[in-house]
Amino acid sequence: MRHLLSAADLDKDQAIKLLDLAEDMSDVNDREIKKLPTLRGKTVVNLFFEDSTRTRISFELAAKRLSADVINFAAKGSSVSKGESLKDTAQTLEAMGADVIVLRHSSSGSAHRLAHTDWVGSAIVNAGDGSHEHPTQALLDAMTIRQGAIKHPRGKDLTGIKVLIVGDLSHSRVARSNLILLTTLGAEVHVCGPATLAPASLVSSGRVHFLLDDAIKLVNPDVVMMLRVQQERMSDSFFPTEREYARIWGLNKSRLARIGENTQILHPGPMNRGLEIDAASADSKNSMVLNQVRNGVAVRMAVLLTLLSGEAS
Amino acid sequence: MTGNYLLQGVTITTGEVRDVVIESGLIVDKASTGTSHEVMDCSGLVVLPGFVDLHTHLREPGFEQSETVASGSRSAAAGGYTAIHAMANTFPVADTAGVVEQVARLGEDAGLVFVQPIGAVTVGLKGEQLAELGAMAQSKARVRIFSDDGNCVHDPALMRRALEYVKAFDGVVAQHAQEPRLTVNAQMNEGALATKLGLGGWPKVAEEAIIARDLMLTELTGSRLHVCHVSTAGSVELIRQAKARGINVSAEVTPHHLLLTEDLASGYDPVYKVNPPLRSTADVEALREGLIDGTIDVIATDHAPHPKESKDTDWASAAFGMVGLETAYSVAQQVLIDSGKSNFERLGAVMSSNAAAISGLAQQGKYLSAGSAANLTLVDPKDSWDPKPQTLSMSENNPFTGLKMQGRVRHTIYNGQFSYRDLSIMQRAGS
Amino acid sequence: MTKRTVLSADDISRAITRISHEIVEANQGLENLVLLGIPTRGVFIANRLVEVIKKHSGVEIELGSLDITLYRDDLAKQPTRGPGVTSMPAGGVSGKTIVLVDDVLFSGRTVRAALDALNDHGRPKAVMLAVLVDRGHRQLPIRADFVGKNLPTSSKEHISVKLSESDGVDEVVIES
Repeated sequence: MRHLLSAADLDKDQAIKLLDLAEDMSDVNDREIKKLPTLRGKTVVNLFFEDSTRTRISFELAAKRLSADVINFAAKGSSVSKGESLKDTAQTLEAMGADVIVLRHSSSGSAHRLAHTDWVGSAIVNAGDGSHEHPTQALLDAMTIRQGAIKHPRGKDLTGIKVLIVGDLSHSRVARSNLILLTTLGAEVHVCGPATLAPASLVSSGRVHFLLDDAIKLVNPDVVMMLRVQQERMSDSFFPTEREYARIWGLNKSRLARIGENTQILHPGPMNRGLEIDAASADSKNSMVLNQVRNGVAVRMAVLLTLLSGEAS
Repeated sequence: MTGNYLLQGVTITTGEVRDVVIESGLIVDKASTGTSHEVMDCSGLVVLPGFVDLHTHLREPGFEQSETVASGSRSAAAGGYTAIHAMANTFPVADTAGVVEQVARLGEDAGLVFVQPIGAVTVGLKGEQLAELGAMAQSKARVRIFSDDGNCVHDPALMRRALEYVKAFDGVVAQHAQEPRLTVNAQMNEGALATKLGLGGWPKVAEEAIIARDLMLTELTGSRLHVCHVSTAGSVELIRQAKARGINVSAEVTPHHLLLTEDLASGYDPVYKVNPPLRSTADVEALREGLIDGTIDVIATDHAPHPKESKDTDWASAAFGMVGLETAYSVAQQVLIDSGKSNFERLGAVMSSNAAAISGLAQQGKYLSAGSAANLTLVDPKDSWDPKPQTLSMSENNPFTGLKMQGRVRHTIYNGQFSYRDLSIMQRAGS
Repeated sequence: MTKRTVLSADDISRAITRISHEIVEANQGLENLVLLGIPTRGVFIANRLVEVIKKHSGVEIELGSLDITLYRDDLAKQPTRGPGVTSMPAGGVSGKTIVLVDDVLFSGRTVRAALDALNDHGRPKAVMLAVLVDRGHRQLPIRADFVGKNLPTSSKEHISVKLSESDGVDEVVIES
C-alpha cells in the first residue's frame, strides 16, 4: 500500500489485515506505556486545509504513539489563504522531510491529486477530501462495528451485519467511505435521508429509504450510523427546518426504543445534539461514540505503520 | 511573393481531383496565360474552405499570460482557421466599441487570420444591463454576434430585450446556456460518477431549461439565437424540434464534447475540467448525430487557454476550459469522415461556411467560387499524429494530449497567402 | 544447497532439559520468575521449559510471550509483518525476574529489540536470556545465560530450527 486515498483502495483481505493490525495497536493503547519505537525518525505531516481538531489530534496521537515526529500544518489563516496552492504547500513540507502527508482539504480529489502528480513523493493519507471520502473514518467505524458485533473479531469480516446510514448522503464523505468499505467487508448497507440529499445513482441501488421510521422497520439494523447535519444544507433548502429534520430523521428516545437492544449507534462526531441525535440516544448504552474515538487512534496507527513499513516501497 | 498559386491535383469536397488556382489573392477558374504561378503538388490533400471558429477565447486584453491575439492567431492558423471570433470575456470586457475595435486591430496586426470580435450582451458580463450593442455593431469591428459567454444571460426579461434589440442590425445572441441556480458548486456532469468522485453535479437540465426558454423567446421576438457549446442529448432534441418549427436558431458543438466523456474526470486532473462539463457517451452520440443531420450547424472550439497554475492544482480550484484550435479538424474528420457517416461537404459546412453565414463574414466560407478571396485549408486525411500539450497557443491545457489523431492540417491560406505551410507557421500570411 | 542435521529430536529434548535445570539452579525457589518466549519458536521452547520444570520441580512457572516486530530496527526494509502475540502474565513484569526465550541467538538484534519491548511493559528486577542455539556472529554486546548448544557457523550458512509445534518435526539443520 503506497497511499490511502479511498476506501476503495482496500480489498477485503487488506481491510481485514488493517483492522487486525489496529486491534494490535489498540492493545498498545491499553498499556501503561502507550508507545512503540517503530516509526522513530519518520516524519508525519498533518496538512489540514480545513479545521478538524478531532481528526487532527487522532492522527497526531497515532503518529506519536509510534514515535514518529509530527508537524501540524493548519493551512487556514496561514500563507495558504493568501493564495499559496496545495502544490506549493505540500512541496514545502516535503522539502522539510515529510515521509507521510495526512491531508484534509475541502476539495474532492485533492489527496488523489497529490498522490498522482509529480508534486511530492511522500505517502499520502486522505483525512477527508471535500464531499468525497474519509477512509480512516470508515476503518474506525468498521473496527467499532466488528468489535461490537463479533466476540473474537480478529480475522473476521462483517458478513450478515446490517448497517443503516442516516443523513446527508450527497455531501458526506463519511457515508461514501463507509458504503464502500462496509460493503467490501460483506455488510448489508442501507441508507436513509431526505430525498434532496440522496443522489439518484444511490437511490437506484434499492437500499435507500426516505423515512427513518420506515427504514428502521424494514431493515431492522444491527448498526445505525447517524451523520452530522451541516448547517449550510438548511440554508440551501435541502430541508426546511432543524425541527422538521429532527422529527423525521433524528434518532430520539422513541426510535431508540424501536431499534434492537444490541443495536450499535455510531456517529462520526461532533454531534448536533437535538438535531440528528438526541441526548437519550447519544448517552445510551448503545452509543459507540467513544469507542469510535478510541479506535480512531488505533486505526490510524495501523495505517501509518502499513504505509511506512517495507511493503509500501 | 507573387500571390499566384497553382494547387495541383488537390481533392475537393465532392471528391473530384483537380487543380485550384489563386491569383492575386483571389480564386480563379483557370490560370491566366502569361502569369507565373508557384506550382504545388497537392496530391493526397483535400482542400476545404478556410475554417471559421465561432468561439475562441483570445484572452487579450487583460489575460495575456494565457494567450494573446497574436499567439491565438498562430494557433488558429495552425489549426486551419482563416477566421476566428474573439470572445468578449476579456478585461476590460469587450462591451464597448473601443474594446472590440482594439481586438480587431490586434488581429490585423498579427495578420494570420481574420479576427472578428464578439461583443458582450450586458455591461461587464454582469447580466444586469444591456451593453451598447448598436455602437459595437456600427464600429469598425462590425460586431454581429453578442455573447456573455462564461456567463449565461439568465434574466429572462433581459434575454428577451437582447433578442429584440439585435434585430435592428441583423445581430445574433449567442447564449451560454447555464441556469446559475442549478449549477451552484457544479464541477462535473451530474450522475453516478460525480457522486462517486464527490464532485458537485452539473445537471443537464441546467442547460436544457435555458435553451428551451430561449427558443420560446426567440420565437416570440422573431429574432435570431445561437446556442453555444451544446453538450447534452436533450439540448440537441430541443434544437431539432425548434428548427422543425421554423425558429431561427443555430447551434455549435465543441470538439471535446464530440470526443471526450465524463469518465476522464476520474483522475481529478483538471485538464478535463470544462464548462459545460464533459458528458456521457449517450450525449456524445446524440451530439454527433445532431451534427451530421444538420441540427447542429457548427463545430466551434471554445478554445480556452489557461496558464499552468490555473490547472496545476486541485479540481475545485482549477479553471474551466480547454484549448482546441489545433485539434479541431482531426476531431471533425473522425466524427464525420472516418466514421463513414458524412462527407467533406458537410465538414466544410460545419467547420467554415455555416459559421461565416451566422456571423455574416462576406470573405469567409466561400470555398472555390471564382472571384472570392482565397481562404482555404488543405488537409492530409491520412496523416496520423500525437497531439502534444505544447501547441502554438501559450497555454498547455490540452485534453487531446496522448490521443492518436488521424488527419491533419497541412497548409492554411488566408486571403490568398499562406499563413501556415507544410506544418510551419508563417510570421504573417504570405511572409 | 547442502543440508546437515546438527541436532536431532533427542538432542533438542536433552538441551531443553539441561536448560531447565540451569534456570532452576540460577533462580532459587523459582519465585517471581517469568518465562517470556519470543514468537514464534521461542514461545514453543518456553512452553516446553515450563512443562519440564513443572515435571522435575513441581512448580508451574509463569509464562508469557513478547512480540518484538514493532521494535525491530529494520522495519522499513522488511515487508509488513503483523505483530505477533504479546501476552503478559497477570501480575505484569515489574519486579520479576524475566527469562527471555528464543530459538537462535545470532546478531543479538532481536534480543536488543526484546529488551526495548520489555521496557515498555514494566521494569523487571532482572532479565536473563535462554536460547536453544547460539551460532555466534554477534553485532551487539549481548550474551546468553543459558545455551542449549553452541554451533560455530559461517555467517553465510543458514540455521533452521524446526519444532514439532510449527514444523511437525524436532530438528536443527544447517543449510549452506
